[in-house]
Amino acid sequence: MTEKKLANSQLGSLEYDPAPESASIARLKPSYGLFIDGSFSDPSKHEQFVTLNPANEEVIATVAQASAGDVDAAVAAARHAYETVWSKTTGAERSKYLFRIARLIQERARELAVVETLDNGKPIRESRDVDIPLAAAHFFYYAGWADKLDHAGFGADPRPIGVAGQIIPWNFPLLMAAWKLAPALAAGNTCVLKPAETTPLSALILAEILQQAELPPGVVNIVTGNGTTGAALVDHPGVDKIAFTGSTDVGRLIQQRVASSQKRLTLELGGKGANIVFEDAPIDEMIEGIIDGIFFNQGHVCCAGSRLLVQESIADEVLRRLVRRVEQLRVGDPMDKNTDVGAINSAAQLARIQELTAFGEGEGATRYTSSCVLPENGYWFAPTIFADVSQSHRIAREEIFGPVLSVLTFRTPEEAVAKANNTNYGLACGVWSEKGSRTLWVAQRLRAGVIWANTYNRFDPTSPFGGVRESGFGREGGRHGLEAYLNV
Amino acid sequence: MSKDDYGVKIPRTSTVPAVGSEAQLRALLTALSGVDAVGAEARAAQLATRSIKKSTKLAAIDLAISMVDLTTLEGADTPGRVSSLCAKALRPDPRDLTVPSVAAVCVYPDLVAHARSVLADAPVAVASVATAFPSGRASLNVKLLDVHEAVAAGANEIDMVIDRGAFLSGRLGQVFDEVAAVKETCGEAHLKVILETGELVTYDNVRRASWLAMLAGADFIKTSTGKVTVNATTPVALVMLEAVRDFAETTGRIVGVKVAGGIRNTKDAMKYLVLVNETVGSTWLTPDLFRFGASSLLNDLLMQRLKQQRGAYVRPDEFSGD
Amino acid sequence: MSDSRLDVRKTYKLLINGAFPRSESGRSYEVTTASGEFLANVAQGSRKDLRDAVAAARAAQAKWWGSTAYNRGQVIYRLAEMAESRRAELAEHVALAEGLSAKKAQKSVSRAIDRMVWYAGWTDKIAQVFGGANPVAGPFFNFSLPTPSGVVAVIASQNSSLEGFVDEVLAPISAGNTVVVISSERRPTPSILLGEMTVTSDFPPGVLNIVSGITAELAPTLASHEDVDGIDLAGVVGDEANELSITAAASIKRVFRPNESDTATTTRRLRAFIETSTVWHTIGQ
Repeated sequence: MTEKKLANSQLGSLEYDPAPESASIARLKPSYGLFIDGSFSDPSKHEQFVTLNPANEEVIATVAQASAGDVDAAVAAARHAYETVWSKTTGAERSKYLFRIARLIQERARELAVVETLDNGKPIRESRDVDIPLAAAHFFYYAGWADKLDHAGFGADPRPIGVAGQIIPWNFPLLMAAWKLAPALAAGNTCVLKPAETTPLSALILAEILQQAELPPGVVNIVTGNGTTGAALVDHPGVDKIAFTGSTDVGRLIQQRVASSQKRLTLELGGKGANIVFEDAPIDEMIEGIIDGIFFNQGHVCCAGSRLLVQESIADEVLRRLVRRVEQLRVGDPMDKNTDVGAINSAAQLARIQELTAFGEGEGATRYTSSCVLPENGYWFAPTIFADVSQSHRIAREEIFGPVLSVLTFRTPEEAVAKANNTNYGLACGVWSEKGSRTLWVAQRLRAGVIWANTYNRFDPTSPFGGVRESGFGREGGRHGLEAYLNV
Repeated sequence: MSKDDYGVKIPRTSTVPAVGSEAQLRALLTALSGVDAVGAEARAAQLATRSIKKSTKLAAIDLAISMVDLTTLEGADTPGRVSSLCAKALRPDPRDLTVPSVAAVCVYPDLVAHARSVLADAPVAVASVATAFPSGRASLNVKLLDVHEAVAAGANEIDMVIDRGAFLSGRLGQVFDEVAAVKETCGEAHLKVILETGELVTYDNVRRASWLAMLAGADFIKTSTGKVTVNATTPVALVMLEAVRDFAETTGRIVGVKVAGGIRNTKDAMKYLVLVNETVGSTWLTPDLFRFGASSLLNDLLMQRLKQQRGAYVRPDEFSGD
Repeated sequence: MSDSRLDVRKTYKLLINGAFPRSESGRSYEVTTASGEFLANVAQGSRKDLRDAVAAARAAQAKWWGSTAYNRGQVIYRLAEMAESRRAELAEHVALAEGLSAKKAQKSVSRAIDRMVWYAGWTDKIAQVFGGANPVAGPFFNFSLPTPSGVVAVIASQNSSLEGFVDEVLAPISAGNTVVVISSERRPTPSILLGEMTVTSDFPPGVLNIVSGITAELAPTLASHEDVDGIDLAGVVGDEANELSITAAASIKRVFRPNESDTATTTRRLRAFIETSTVWHTIGQ
C-alpha cells in the first residue's frame, strides 16, 4: 500500500476585503405610521414597536402596531376605493398603474435591496439579484394581464372578488408583497396588506412607491403589526378574500377561522422539500443545487430542499463534496457583497433552529457544522449538515426553516419517490439526473406543487408556485395566479 | 469541521491510470459526470459577482500580472516586435520595480530563438505554440518536428492544439496518442494542451477533452488558441478547473489551467482568479498552475494597479503599447 | 303465472373496493319513497366502513391517475353506456326517490347520462385546458400539469339522487382522484344502482366507493380523516356545512361548497380537486 498523505489545497484562501454596501442608501425614517387610504398616519397616534437589524440587533426604525380599529379603517378604505374607483377603472388603466409600479421598483432597486437586507438579514447579493428584480418582474407580468382577463381561461369578463386581506411572511418581504398585490390589483381587487412583524420596512417603501405611482388612495393599504393585526384582518367581515403565506400551523388556524364565512382563501404554507439525487446526476451542478436549495436565504424558504435523498452508490462522495462546499460558504455581514449566508431573521427563529438541531444530534444523526466564525452580535447559525438521518427523525419530518440539511439515502427510483412523498407537506422537490425519462417518471409521481429538475429554488412570475396537501392550496404566479383573485 | 480538513485533497503518490486502448479511454471518459450547462453557467455568473476591493485587489492584480503569458501570434510578428514584448514582459512598468514580471512570452516557433536570446537568463519563460497552430491540421510527423524545433530553439513551454476533428469524430485514441507523443518530444519543456473549447462546443466535451489531455500527460490544459470566434469563457474555465481538481484528487497529479483569448481587462482577470480561488484553491493560485494567455490584459492590469495607488483613473498612455 | 308471487327484496349494500359488503356494523336502515312507502333496506355505514373505503380509495388512486387519460375517458364513457342500457331501472328509482313523474324522472336520467358523457370527454382535456407552458425568463423548460388532489370525500346532494350525484363524483374522478361518497341519506338507491354499474363497467376497484347511511353521523369522520385530501359538501348546508369546513381545515383539505353560480357548463367543481404541479427543467447542450 502506498502512503496516503494528503496535500490539501485550501479553497477560498484568497481573502476578500470587506465590500460592504452603504447602509445610508436606505434613506429610512426613524418611525413609520400606517399606510391607509393613500397616506401615512401619524406614528405617534399608534402603539409603536421596533424593527431590528438581525445581523447586529440594532434598532432600524419604529413601526406602528395596527389595532383592530386601524384594520377596520384600512378595510373601509379598501372597500370605498373598490366601489368608487377601482371597479370603475378599466383593465387598461389598471395595467398602466402596475407598469408604473414595476418601473419605480426598478428605479429604487438599490435602496430597496439595502432596506431588505437591513431588515431581514439576508445577503445583499440575494436581495439585489433575486428579491428586488423578481418583485419588479412580478408587477410587470401581472400588469399585462389586467386588460386581458377575458383571455385567461376563466370565461368572459371574469369579476374580481372585492377586498383582499393579504398576510405575508418575513423571508422575502418585498417579493411576497409583490406576489400578493400584483395579481390582486390586475384582477381588479383592492387590498389590505399585513407585512410580517419583523420585516415591515420594504412594504412601507413600497407604499411610498404606490404614492409616486399615483395609485388611487385606498386601493392598497398597508397595516403593520403582529399576529393580532393579522387576526383582525382575517376575522374582518368586510374582507372578501384572505391570502396567507406562512407556517402550516397558522394556515390551519386561518382556514378554521374563515371556514364558516363566505371568504375565499388561498394558503401558501410550509414544506419539507426533498432533493433527489441520482448517481448519474451532473455532479458539480448538483452540489451547487443542493447548496442553493438549502442555504439560499439562510434556509428561510418554504420550498427549501431540506431533505437530501441521495442514491446510496454515491452517498459518500456527495457528502464529502457537500461538506467541503459548506466550509466555503461565506457567512457574515449581510451587507457585504461577498456574503453567501446572512443572519437568522429573529431570536425566535434562531431558538427554533437550535431546538430542532439539538434533536438531530440526540436522534443519532452525524452533524457537520461549518467552522465559519460567527459575529458576536445578532442572530446567527452556522450552516449545518446532518448525515445518517432516518425518515423517522424529527429533522427529517419537521420544517426547520434554517440552514440545516438532512441527508438520507435510497436505492431505487421507486424508493426515492416513496421517501420524498412520505410527508404531510407537498410544496417542492428537486430531481437530479442526466436521464430524462427517469426524471419525468419521478416528477410525475412526486406529490409537490413545484418540481425542479437539475436546478433548485428558481422563481419566475410566469410560473405558478404553491403546494399540495398541508403545504396549502392556490397558486401564485402565472395565469394560475389570477384564479385566486377572480370570482370564478 | 475545519477548512483544512475539507479542501481539495491531493494524494502524495501519483497513480495516473495507464491507458492501454481506445476502448478503455472511451470508457474512462464516458464515465465522467455530465455537465448541466445551465448550472455551470449560473455558478460562473454567481462567482462573477464577487466584489474584489482594496488590498485584495492590489494583491490579485500583482498575482494576475505574474500569471500572464504575454502573447503575440500575428503573421506580421517580427524580431523587433518580439524584442519589445520581452522588455515589457520583464519590466511591465519600468518606473515601478515592485511590479512583477509576467510568467512567459508566447510566440510562434520561428521567433523562439530570438525571444530566448533577448530574455537570456531572466525569470520569464518562453512559450511557443506548436503542432500546426491554430488549426492542428497536419500530420503527426510535421507536428512533432514543429515541437522539436521550438524546444531546440529554447522554448520552456509548448502550447499544442489538439485535433478537434479527430476528437469530434470519436477518434479519441488518435488525439491521446498525439498528446502523448508531443509530451515525449517536449522533454523538459512544459506541455500546455489547447482544447479549443469554442470548437468543442459542449461542456461535456470540454470535461472529456480535459481528462483526455491530462491522462495523456498534459502539464496544463488551455482553453483556446484565441483564433476562433469563441475563446475562454468563465463557465468553460470552471469546468476545466473542476477537471483538474478531480484529476488531482483521483490521481495525485496536479495539472495547471490556462485561459486564453478575449481576456482584456482587470475585471475579467479578477473573475478568473475568483473561479480558481473557489474551485481549486490555494495550490493553483500561482503562475506555475494558472495562466492568462493575453496581450492587452497586461496594460489594463497596470492601469488598475496605478489607479488603486493613486486613487484616480490614469491615462492609457501611461504605459507602453507593447 | 300467478301475480301473487312473493317478491324478492333487495338489500342495498355498500360499495367498497369493488365489492358490496354489508356494513361492518351490521346495521341497516329503512328507506322510503318520496311519498313515504317502504322502498328498501339499505346498509347503514359506519365510521369503520368509511375507514375501509378511504383506504381502498387511497390504494386505487395512484393506479387510476397512472392510467392514461384516454383510458379514464373510456371507463367513464362505458359507465354512460351501462346506464343508458339500464335507464328504465334508474328512472324508476329516481321517480320513487324524488317523487317525480315517470317522464320527469326519465329526463333527469337522460341529463345524468349526458353528464357522464361530458366527464368522459374531460379526462384528456384537463391537462390542456388547465395546464400549460410557462415562458420563464431563463434557460428552462417549464410546464404546469394539473394533477389530482388524491382522495376526495363527497357528501352527496340530499335531493338530486342521480344527477347531482353524477356531477359530484365524476368531476373529481375524471381529474384522476378517487372518491368516497356518502350517498343521499333518504334517497340513496339511484346512486347505489349506479355504483353497481361501475363494477361492471371497467371502473377499477376503489375508484368509487359508496357508503350509505346517516349523513350527520358519517360526514364528520370524512371531514376529519387526515388521509382525505378534499371534500365536496354538496349534501350539507348551514351550520352543519360550517362545522364540517372547520373540521376539514385541521388537515388543510380542499373544501368545495356549491353555490348558485355553478351551472352545468362551469368548471368550478372540476377545478376544485385539481392541483397544479409545475416542473422546471434546464435547457442546455
